Amino acid sequence: MPNFKDWLLENWRYRELIFFMVWRDIKVRYKQTLLGAAWAVIQPLFTMIVFTLFFGNLGRIPSDGIPYPIFSYSALVAWTYFSTALSYSGNSLVGNSNLLTKVYFPRASLPASAVLSGVPDFLLASLILVGLMGYYHIAPSWAILLWPVLLIPLIFLALGVGLFLSALNVKFRDIKYALPFIVQLMMFLSPVIYPASMVPERYRVLAALNPLTGILEAFRSSLFPARTVDWKLLGISLLVTAIIFVSGLLFFRKAESDFADVI
Amino acid sequence: MKPAIEVTDLTKRYILGQNKADGMLREALVGFLKNPFGAGKKKGKPLLALGGVNFSINRGEVVGIIGRNGAGKSTLLKVLSRITYPTSGKIQVNGRIASLLEVGTGFHEELTGRENVFLNGSIMGMSRKEIASRMKEIEEFAGVEKFMDTPIKRYSSGMRLRLGFAVAAHLDPDILLVDEVLAVGDIEFQKKCLKTMDDLRGGGRTVLFVSHNMAAVENLCQRCIWIDNGKVRMDGPADDVIKAYMSTFLNLKQSGGVDLRSIESRTGNGEGRFTGIEFLDKEGQTVNFICSGDSITIRLHFETSVTLSELRIGIEVHNETGLRVTSSNNFLTGYEVFQLAPGKWSIDWEIDFLNFMPGSYNLSLWLGWWENFQDVLKHAVILDVQTSDYFKTGRGIESRYGLLFLPSRWKSDTLPAPVSRSDVNA
Repeated sequence: MPNFKDWLLENWRYRELIFFMVWRDIKVRYKQTLLGAAWAVIQPLFTMIVFTLFFGNLGRIPSDGIPYPIFSYSALVAWTYFSTALSYSGNSLVGNSNLLTKVYFPRASLPASAVLSGVPDFLLASLILVGLMGYYHIAPSWAILLWPVLLIPLIFLALGVGLFLSALNVKFRDIKYALPFIVQLMMFLSPVIYPASMVPERYRVLAALNPLTGILEAFRSSLFPARTVDWKLLGISLLVTAIIFVSGLLFFRKAESDFADVI
Repeated sequence: MKPAIEVTDLTKRYILGQNKADGMLREALVGFLKNPFGAGKKKGKPLLALGGVNFSINRGEVVGIIGRNGAGKSTLLKVLSRITYPTSGKIQVNGRIASLLEVGTGFHEELTGRENVFLNGSIMGMSRKEIASRMKEIEEFAGVEKFMDTPIKRYSSGMRLRLGFAVAAHLDPDILLVDEVLAVGDIEFQKKCLKTMDDLRGGGRTVLFVSHNMAAVENLCQRCIWIDNGKVRMDGPADDVIKAYMSTFLNLKQSGGVDLRSIESRTGNGEGRFTGIEFLDKEGQTVNFICSGDSITIRLHFETSVTLSELRIGIEVHNETGLRVTSSNNFLTGYEVFQLAPGKWSIDWEIDFLNFMPGSYNLSLWLGWWENFQDVLKHAVILDVQTSDYFKTGRGIESRYGLLFLPSRWKSDTLPAPVSRSDVNA
């Protein structure tokens, strides 16, 4: 087994392969669909409408004084990216078992490309935000520049978790069934339908350990001048993200030696 | 100069049944709770696919790897190409290595030919620039220039194969691992591939070539390694190794019947076993000599140790290039037997007219059915079909006439009556 540094270099050497795989996924994803890339927008948009009806209007969940539709949509764009990235990457190795058993290439290319292939969808769904902000007369501040920047830690977080899940999925197909459930659970544990400020005081520390808390809250704050970015919370999230990402890499490298035999 | 490949004491062990019994999270959790400190204790029978393989290959050598199915050849290539990791031992590879274990790996149905070349090329380790600069040659080699912008789902299997091989052939690696890619495809393309492989030798490239096609191995390789039961049985000049290897096959020339009990490379659950095979003529006499156009009976002897709910038995025939020429079984012909008690049995496959052109054919035998094979003998017996004087003209039917020999004649109502040559000469 190569040492960690050589392993990373080998993965870096194959970065063009990741590019081609991302390109393949994007090209193929909406083939033979009627609505094509519109699906990238429909998914978060309709979820937002349902959430607004049930949680905003009926549940009266507070939204820090921001209209509930744009409040939930702003987090939903990031959340939708994260959840699809997780399910794509979690199934990426098993779904490409014919490749794994027939040709050598750095195995991490598969979950990595799966995570990256959702980025265009994220950008498309972000465009709707411009319309919503106009509609609700919200003028952005300089903080809006953070919006695309925050995608970077989100990608690393999705990749870190995706590395764990995809490697486990090779050996334990239970992951395939657990994944949708895990994703759903994570949505309720993260500030998507509610603001982080709603979390009771004694659970704040726990909530902060969920890296999605800081990142999703920062995504939101970057849009609304009325809110300020909670840098401390974001800092904790970035640290946890880094830990998850590095341990994901280490775990994956260890597990990959018998992918071809076990899959 | 450092050798291109140096393999020291290479061992690969598989745990059978690993993905069935151990693949459940529940099992792993229960196992962990029962015995938290003995984690990783594996159940299942270990299978030693490679048991201490040693060899070294110099730069520029073209080496054939031969051996029976299941001997460990493919595992060796998989380990060398880093698809799977060895259990123990060391592999030292100097140079870029590429494998043609399966051409066209990673082709995507919805993408066009050109797009697939980029994808496939990058999976095999080529850079975008390299692929772009060789695109023209790849198109030409594959002969699919007109279809490069057509989705590959519209391609025939032959076109796909050609495109896949074309990408691999233009990979330009230092070391090329080739596994039986020539078993498929039309004759013309096979020749082209063999020629490309031949050119590789001129290019100072190291090639490892796994094949059942002895003629091709003999043609291409100076050196040959014979793998048997996961070990190197013989390593030396190709001619010698091939001769020694061929001599272990049960050859029909020696006698009309062959004892199958001693064959070790068999799979299946063992509830039934082939014990012998005989070749008989019309009169039921054993034959030592079989010609194109003969009517022969292949008699299979087998024994069963349990009551079989249903008997399924069959034969597959492959030619020297690995092409399945024909196959038959008792289910297909409707000769069905149920509730077969344990015992010794024999069954005949009567062939009215042997359509094969002269040449060497491999017979594979199987007993049982999918997922429940009692006994499978792959490439167990070689059937040598001799040139025949079927038309009594003294002009032999030879293998160069093609694959099939049809019982046929020429006739005409308008031509003058045919004359035999002996009458003309008289």
